[in-house]
Amino acid sequence: MIYQGKQKIWSEYQKEIPDDHWFYVRSCIRQNFFPASEKMFLEICRNVLGKDFYETEHHTTCGGIAYHCDTIPQETVMTIVARQFALMTEAGYSNYVASCITSFGNYIEILETWKEFPELETRIRELLWKACRREFRKPDYVAHASDLIYKYRNEIAARAKYRLVNRHTGEPLRVVEHIGCHYSKMFPSKGVGGAEYPYVLCGMIESWGGNVIDYPERRHCCGYGFRQYHVKANRGYSISNTHKKFESMEPYQPDMIITNCPGCPYFLDRWQYAISEMEGKTYSKDGYGIPVFTYEEVASLVLGYDPWDIGLQLHQVAVEPLLDKIGIEYDPARKYEGIDRKSLSRPELPGILKCC
Amino acid sequence: MRENVVIIGGGIAGLEAAGQLAGLGYNPILVEKEDHLGGHLADWHCLFPDLIPAKDVVSTLVAGAASANIFTNTEVLHINRLQDCYNVMLSNGVSVMTKAVLCATGFRLFDAHKKEEYGYGVYDQVITNSDLEKWFNGIPDPRIDNSMMSSAGFVHCVGSRDEKAGNPQCSKVCCITAVKQAIELKKKFPEMMVWCFYMDLRMFGKKYEDFYISAQRDYGVRFIRGRVSEVSENIDGRVVVKAEDTLAGRPVRITLDLLVLMSGMVCNPKTVRDSGTVQFPADSDGFLKCRNSVTDFNLSAQDGIFFAGSCTGPKTVPETIAEARSAVLSIHNWFKGKQ
Amino acid sequence: MDFGFSISRSSTVNLDSVALENFTKLQALEPDALKCISCGSCTATCPAGKFSGMSLRKVIHNLQRGREKEAVEMLQGCMLCGKCSMVCPRAINTRHLIMSIHKIYGEEAR
Repeated sequence: MIYQGKQKIWSEYQKEIPDDHWFYVRSCIRQNFFPASEKMFLEICRNVLGKDFYETEHHTTCGGIAYHCDTIPQETVMTIVARQFALMTEAGYSNYVASCITSFGNYIEILETWKEFPELETRIRELLWKACRREFRKPDYVAHASDLIYKYRNEIAARAKYRLVNRHTGEPLRVVEHIGCHYSKMFPSKGVGGAEYPYVLCGMIESWGGNVIDYPERRHCCGYGFRQYHVKANRGYSISNTHKKFESMEPYQPDMIITNCPGCPYFLDRWQYAISEMEGKTYSKDGYGIPVFTYEEVASLVLGYDPWDIGLQLHQVAVEPLLDKIGIEYDPARKYEGIDRKSLSRPELPGILKCC
Repeated sequence: MRENVVIIGGGIAGLEAAGQLAGLGYNPILVEKEDHLGGHLADWHCLFPDLIPAKDVVSTLVAGAASANIFTNTEVLHINRLQDCYNVMLSNGVSVMTKAVLCATGFRLFDAHKKEEYGYGVYDQVITNSDLEKWFNGIPDPRIDNSMMSSAGFVHCVGSRDEKAGNPQCSKVCCITAVKQAIELKKKFPEMMVWCFYMDLRMFGKKYEDFYISAQRDYGVRFIRGRVSEVSENIDGRVVVKAEDTLAGRPVRITLDLLVLMSGMVCNPKTVRDSGTVQFPADSDGFLKCRNSVTDFNLSAQDGIFFAGSCTGPKTVPETIAEARSAVLSIHNWFKGKQ
Repeated sequence: MDFGFSISRSSTVNLDSVALENFTKLQALEPDALKCISCGSCTATCPAGKFSGMSLRKVIHNLQRGREKEAVEMLQGCMLCGKCSMVCPRAINTRHLIMSIHKIYGEEAR
């Protein structure tokens, strides 16, 4: 691997990301899967870095899941998105940042479509006016939330309490990065680092002390694939793709996986349990599997937040072996307590995949 | 008085034209921007289908052009149209008055970095056809100097027939070049498995099909009809290649010790460095536009500006030499018509 | 545990793990086997092919990719009439090739 070759490509795919004043929109599903990630994004941006991030409770789904499941027409999706832009306009913002990769791809696709077919934009403006008497300005900038953490990565590193380093050996952790398909595969120029060698997560890993692993199936889909998972008859395809990725990364013995998509960390995490039950196999020598994180969770960990306050007890693959490697302090007794100290009740533990 | 003819480009077309023009009593002035003559061929090892050494061809052409005025390390800055001739300004400070200019600026090899998915410049064991020729010529290359090599692959049509790479044209010579290089590689490493990934095999020239049959039958080179979609690197530093075996209708993957990208031909972007009154407009294929692609392929739209070789489109070596001779005849007849 | 779905086997042919020992033997006996360009003339003209699915093109291709079982099964449909040898543009002696395939891959070889 020639690192300078990647650097050359990265230098060709840098996008302008304004530093401040963002209208933030959440994902439909992330709060269920990784409950503190979005909260921590706002916490870090607002309270640690002192930036202006605005969000509104009137924001709805962007329609991306239904769109990618082929269940609603694109005009409907566009009208939903037009309404989100109207909320941004009404709030006085022009920088739009999405928590969800599919939303981000959806917004970019729609804006690019309007650029090519302005008559469609006019029609959507009419539809939005008829539907809810709203008007909108198109955002000046659309970013994915990982673009911002990428932009702030060195500021986060400067405030970090921990680094992605194995404290027993002093070696950098071996980190797999996984990029959601809709981040830059549709529009390579819209992603930091492009589509073949995205840099957005590599930049965070490097800045926070880890080593990035590049393995043969790095570019492969996590397996979620919307219809692949949502239709039960297709779930075999979903897990087969995830299985393929794990088989490919296994020889590198990764310490952890970082992702920037709502679906990817969920499937890379939960399917490790399903694969262990089906195949009797886990992908780490100690039998605990490879812990999977969102980039917000990793940012929170290096900044020193309590692992249980950022929702890591909801992961399928146990995070404790990794916390021990980095030297992050945690209270095992608090794992299944909520923030209000009430018991979350203990889950049943799987048979093959080891858990704490 | 001997008439001047300025030839832009000291590759094989320019050299051949210079030799022929001198023979007919003209004063050829050959301008080459590199420090050596012979163009791409100067770095090439040998030529299909008879494996004639490229250096023999170049030295024959250079010897033939010996009586020409040759400026190496020199660029044409601009060309201005005067009343009945052209003023050609060179980067070495020389200015030439000439009635005729022959453009023999040739092609540029497609920059394989642009096909990011193939990982040229990112993965250690990915090289280009040009890199391989240099190694055949004895220049050490750590990517190839590895006695453990047991498998290699060739990717056809890299930057050719590829709208997204900005070149929808066929580069014409890469199919047969891949066959030639595969055979040369098999000669160096007889035990090596060599795979060619192709979309079509265009064996249009004299004895090309025989050469292809020989690659299959005598050298056991394996041909897979399917374009490589993606290349990655495994933990041993070998390359993992994905393609579809379209004849079987099934995806294939293979791990190789070396992957050679057959970079195609694209037009040299700059014929002259700065713009003068004489321009060189491009045709829809990106190469220079000739007056008529069937009968007047040596002529430009401007009186006194002529073309030879691959500046007007991908060509083989013998085609280029033939075009140079034909351009010389066009120039000669054009001068005779002026008398 | 039964989840109601399972990991499907990839349809990708992994050329790293294709066993080509038999094909190497065939190659020694029939170097012309490598000359096939999959033009399909043999299949188009094959009288057995229309009824049994026999395709010499597929047989040769499958052998090259290590799919020996499929190839040998398909070859059972051949009636050795020789029409394919008449149409092959690469002048492969197809009848001879088929006999050699039987010799190396067929029942008697096992």
